[in-house]
Amino acid sequence: MNRRMLRRGISNLMVGLMIGAVVVALLPLFFILLDLVVKGASSLSAEFFTETPAPAGESGGGVVHAIVGTLIIVGTASLIGLPIGIAAGIYCAEYPTSRLTWVTRFVADVMNGTPSIVVGVFAWAWIVATQKHFSALAGSAALAFLMIPMVLRTTEEMIKLVPNSLREAALALGYPRWRTSLSIVVRTTLPGIVTGSLLAVARVAGETAPLLFTALGSQYLSFDLNQPMAALPLTVFTYATGPYEEWHRYAWAAALVLILVVFVLSLGARLAIRQKFSLND
Amino acid sequence: MTALSEPDAPTQPIPVASASLERASRGDQIFRGVLTLGAVTIPVLLGFLVFELWMGSRLAIDKFGLGFITESTWDPVAEVFGAFPLIFGTLLSSVVALAIAVPLSLGVAIYLVEFAPKSIRQPVAFLIGLLAAIPSVVYGLWGIFVLIPILRASVFPFLRDSLGFLPLFQGPIYGPSMLAAGIILAIMIMPYVMSVSREVLLAVPNTQREAALALGATRWEAVITTVVPYARSGIAGAVILGLGRALGETMAVTMLIGNRHEIAASLFAPGYTMAAAIANEFSEAVGDMHLSALAYVAFLLFVLTVLVNAGARLLIWRVARGSGAGSAAL
Repeated sequence: MNRRMLRRGISNLMVGLMIGAVVVALLPLFFILLDLVVKGASSLSAEFFTETPAPAGESGGGVVHAIVGTLIIVGTASLIGLPIGIAAGIYCAEYPTSRLTWVTRFVADVMNGTPSIVVGVFAWAWIVATQKHFSALAGSAALAFLMIPMVLRTTEEMIKLVPNSLREAALALGYPRWRTSLSIVVRTTLPGIVTGSLLAVARVAGETAPLLFTALGSQYLSFDLNQPMAALPLTVFTYATGPYEEWHRYAWAAALVLILVVFVLSLGARLAIRQKFSLND
Repeated sequence: MTALSEPDAPTQPIPVASASLERASRGDQIFRGVLTLGAVTIPVLLGFLVFELWMGSRLAIDKFGLGFITESTWDPVAEVFGAFPLIFGTLLSSVVALAIAVPLSLGVAIYLVEFAPKSIRQPVAFLIGLLAAIPSVVYGLWGIFVLIPILRASVFPFLRDSLGFLPLFQGPIYGPSMLAAGIILAIMIMPYVMSVSREVLLAVPNTQREAALALGATRWEAVITTVVPYARSGIAGAVILGLGRALGETMAVTMLIGNRHEIAASLFAPGYTMAAAIANEFSEAVGDMHLSALAYVAFLLFVLTVLVNAGARLLIWRVARGSGAGSAAL
């Protein structure tokens, strides 16, 4: 009888410890978000979104150059990375027996595990070193590299969910393979592909490491892909590690904007998929 | 599925409408051609990455060879480079991160799969997943201005007083340190380890639990004696996957580790990692040899993460074969 109670007690104790682990695991999330709002929100103003930075050490100014820069760099990266990733994803799902599929899948896994800083070095060696100047385009190339395996994976997984009967029905009606793939299979999975793409965009929008020595950052508003360009994550990094109190306030505010962008994109991604079909585990 | 997806499945020639059939097959060829182009790009890109890293680091490889890995001098002026302190720092910060993150993530994963009320499972998993969405640089910012002051004021002195007999917790307290970097890394890899171990645990057949419970085990005993051992190689995979993440993490570590090319026994001392050294020195490196040495570091980091991730994949795959577990997080 006593022994049974002891075993019960141990069981309950372990469950208690695990609940403790859940609480400890959730604390950082809570505090990071709280600190971002508390320390960042007060510096947000109209000026923050419309002005370029004031000279170092002076107050005032904003980060419009970084917001525009992030939009341009991430937008260009999406234009390069999404079509390649989606095409490769469709290929892997539609021709699963091809040897190229096996190779592509394997390589995509390797790419996915590659640290983003290494990708930055790659983009530097490829574009910056040959052009002999830093450029936003090199940053976009690095981000595109990071997006491709993510988009490939989600596209492939989504297409695999399409029931085969749908495919067979289309083929039986005399649709050629390519029309079956495009207007039946891909169309059905479009929300899923959009979700995967948005998630990839959200993930690379916050990347700093690959931009450090490609896009480099700048203090001016620039629209030229061939020049160094500012980006929000770079601005957070520069301001956070800089010496001025004013900069630190701006780092918090820029981080708040950055995280709002990332969260809105990820939540939008999740909503896009809820509408069509549910993929919840 | 397989029959239909055969690349050149024989199409029976049908006499009627042969023109439209021909058009259709040309359409198929173009379609497949475009997709193939996309699929081929990927191995080509990776091959190019390896080639560029190799070319970039050739200068340093020729001069230092494999001795680069064990040599400790890092002197850009004299152009003598050795990456041992960087490799040491990368491994140590990752091990510290695992030591903190693994028990927590496993606790959360086991709780969510085996014990938690149904209604909180999804929300908690979602919230912890949010940690993975926070950009690295934001962790760094938070680390500098919130975490480090707390650590310096209370946690580090407490550790020194209570565990100071270990060399790990001795010496002066600065703030930016190996331990601070390890703690932030732990928070960052937790969602990955948690979600993969959760998927692995979900793949354990229910008969395992039922058998143990039928023999009179408590729920905890059922989990620890049957479920966890069944999933152990998958859990090991999840842990190694977390290691792979930690090894390559750059920004937050760069901002918190103190950036010194030194090896110290104490976790309170500043250190350096491979990724952080590249991030800090690459855009300011002037000499070709310095750049080449940093590219060599990047090359080594790439090889290291590829090996670690491959090991993780293999282990996860052994448990959750076909469930696709782990591929999302990789």
